[in-house]
Amino acid sequence: MNSWINLTALWQIVVVGLLAGAGLPALFAVGLRALNTPAHGVRTVTATGPDAAAESDHVYGGNPAGLAIAALCFAIVLAAIGWGIYLIVSST
Amino acid sequence: MGNTAVLVLVVITALGFDFTNGFHDTGNAMATSIATGALGPRVAVALSGVLNLVGAFLSLSVAATIASGLVDTHVVTLTVVFAGLAGGITWNLLTWFFGIPSSSSHALIGGVIGSTIAAAGGSGVLWHGLFSKVIIPAGLSPIIAGLIATIGTYLLYRISKNVTAGARNHGFRIGQIGSASLVSLAHGTNDAQKTMGIITLALIANGTVGSTANAPFWVILSCALAISLGTYAGGWRVIRTLGKGLVEIEAPQGMAAESSSAAVILLSSHFGYSLSTTHVATGSILGTGLGKKGATVRWNVAGRMATAWVFTLPSAGLVGAGGYALAHGIGGTAGVIVDLVILIAIAGTIYLKSRKTAVSHNNVNSEWTGSVAPSESESEPVAA
Repeated sequence: MNSWINLTALWQIVVVGLLAGAGLPALFAVGLRALNTPAHGVRTVTATGPDAAAESDHVYGGNPAGLAIAALCFAIVLAAIGWGIYLIVSST
Repeated sequence: MGNTAVLVLVVITALGFDFTNGFHDTGNAMATSIATGALGPRVAVALSGVLNLVGAFLSLSVAATIASGLVDTHVVTLTVVFAGLAGGITWNLLTWFFGIPSSSSHALIGGVIGSTIAAAGGSGVLWHGLFSKVIIPAGLSPIIAGLIATIGTYLLYRISKNVTAGARNHGFRIGQIGSASLVSLAHGTNDAQKTMGIITLALIANGTVGSTANAPFWVILSCALAISLGTYAGGWRVIRTLGKGLVEIEAPQGMAAESSSAAVILLSSHFGYSLSTTHVATGSILGTGLGKKGATVRWNVAGRMATAWVFTLPSAGLVGAGGYALAHGIGGTAGVIVDLVILIAIAGTIYLKSRKTAVSHNNVNSEWTGSVAPSESESEPVAA
């Protein structure tokens, strides 16, 4: 701690920033991956030519367990954002 | 008792600064979403404008901070505030013309510090506050934001490796819109308040309100509207540099960049640092280029920006000091009016020059050919 740099604030910004700024999007990606899981396990990769499934915009792969995991991930992300905004408003 | 005519001019100029602040910074939130096609250019600026408006009302805790911790409020007069604003506006317009995303906050702070030095000498400036609250955070914040964005980008690509390309683009574009919206909200919360603080400072200097007063409601409303309209006007030149010039961006990178920016801005303002949203956003976008294997980072563009950042405080300060010297030399209301006429002339000249190499929602995403002005042949229309 010195008078030029508030080290306490600095490391908190780095740690909480990593959790919120990199962790939450990572969780979103986990949700997206779960949502996109095909109904029966692993996706079969076509060897050649444009893969029809890969080109499609359909995010939901058809796996109910994946859907549940995705819903949980997205809910946590939204809750964290809501909590953050609440903290800002309430600090007024 | 104060001078009502000068006060009115100061308030108008402050709102003018707020407007330039808005359009200079649209890109911080929306450049990556526009570049990846997550949002049409006009939808993006409209969304950002509305969220800036909401953000300005969200938190009103930072009433009159920007100047009170940096300069000795006892030496601040209306003319000092006015000259400081003139310095901030001039630098904002110049950097916008060259498509350089420099910090509006630093332009304002630099202008006010310059005019304060001209009015009262170096002792009128709280140097320790300036270094610990502005300059050191300005150096650290892009690095921290860049680090978070690098790690975020790496994680996003790693985790979504097996997701089909179509689904990945679709999903991350939605995430990107969400995170960019948060940056807009944070921008309204931070930057609109800086102008509210300046106008409140002017009201205090004029004796219109007491020295402990909070920003009156009309100040909050007019600042919120000015920054929101400025954002909607869209600083297409800066958007282009951030979205196309620095790094070629894909949807997952955009989401990582915006999430990092939102987190760093909101956390830092929680600790009372009046950070530059621009520095944070630029650091994040650079970081997202580092986090993806094979992404091109145009370091020459980054270098030009960093150079502009270093010059922002002193340049705006020089204009602010010059503005004060002139207005003070002529004296009274006439001095401020002469300043204002010169300011309008400068703004008009820059605007007219910008028309020759106009960047708009039509060509903002054209291929980057080494400068902010898109080459004629390669400009292609963008679906709005």
